[in-house]
Amino acid sequence: MNAPMADPMLTLYGESFASRLLLGTAGYPSPDILARAAKASGAEILTVSLRRESARQRTGQGFWQLVEELDLKLLPNTAGCHSPKEAIATAQMARELFGTDWIKLEVIGNDDTLQPDLFGLVEAAKALSEEGFKILPYCTEDLSAAERLVAAGCEVLMPWGSPIGSACGLSNRPGLKALRAYFPDIPLIVDAGIGAPSHAAEAMELGYDGVLLNTAVAKAGDPVAMAAAFGKAIEAGHQAFAAGLMEPQDMASPSTPMAGTPFAGSGRVS
Amino acid sequence: MQILVNGEPHATEAGDLAALCAELELADAKIATARNGDFVPTAARADTRLTDGDEIEIVAPRQGG
Repeated sequence: MNAPMADPMLTLYGESFASRLLLGTAGYPSPDILARAAKASGAEILTVSLRRESARQRTGQGFWQLVEELDLKLLPNTAGCHSPKEAIATAQMARELFGTDWIKLEVIGNDDTLQPDLFGLVEAAKALSEEGFKILPYCTEDLSAAERLVAAGCEVLMPWGSPIGSACGLSNRPGLKALRAYFPDIPLIVDAGIGAPSHAAEAMELGYDGVLLNTAVAKAGDPVAMAAAFGKAIEAGHQAFAAGLMEPQDMASPSTPMAGTPFAGSGRVS
Repeated sequence: MQILVNGEPHATEAGDLAALCAELELADAKIATARNGDFVPTAARADTRLTDGDEIEIVAPRQGG
């Protein structure tokens, strides 16, 4: 019997991507290493942000040149926004700046955990959806918040694995499984908290559609090699989910057939 | 006229937001703007009059996660 084929493409808002890795662009040792890591990862979507531009330093202008050369789909974020009003204005600026109506919507509720303010997130999502934005909300595994985000027009959900930059992996695996089961037809991407390729593979093995990460690659000893490792792990996890994972059980079960085991029953004759 | 540009006090005679961007030599740069918390599209900058105490944001692309 053939194993079911894994859907080779990730489809978000009608656009298809061969890679299921969404890669952040912050914190790399150099622009060159960022460019090489992005290529090595196979990612086709890069997250970017916007920040105050100093007339003297013009930092953003150099970064924009690098991003243009990479020629990948850009997903601007609203990182650092603490209210719907800030997030909405930031999304509007991002749309003009990056020429895309895609937005990774973040409304931060707590500075220690960087957890989303789900109430503010839903409010901002409603407003931006009415303006035609394609919203990828950074949320949690909370089902009622997820329902409200979908009702607000979000066609993708991006629950955290664990707090941003924590490298703790999937801290609420049952919650993420429940979200997957509850929204079988909504693309789900684990965003934040991924520290190792095994964490990313685990998310994909739960049936998630993609993984968004940044720091685990940017701060690796060799970001380019780590980017490649994440690309492989995400592909492996996706293929494994489609192939059908066995269920864990408490007791052992021999993998080698018992029938015909040599010396079985020896010692019966005495 | 005294305004805030990106959170810093700034004295200017620029009458509108487009003139302010030109004064800062950012007219041709890859930027987006907001005035008093509201987004101002590029096309609307010249029609956006500045008044004393305005809070202006001028942003550009940056690395993000």
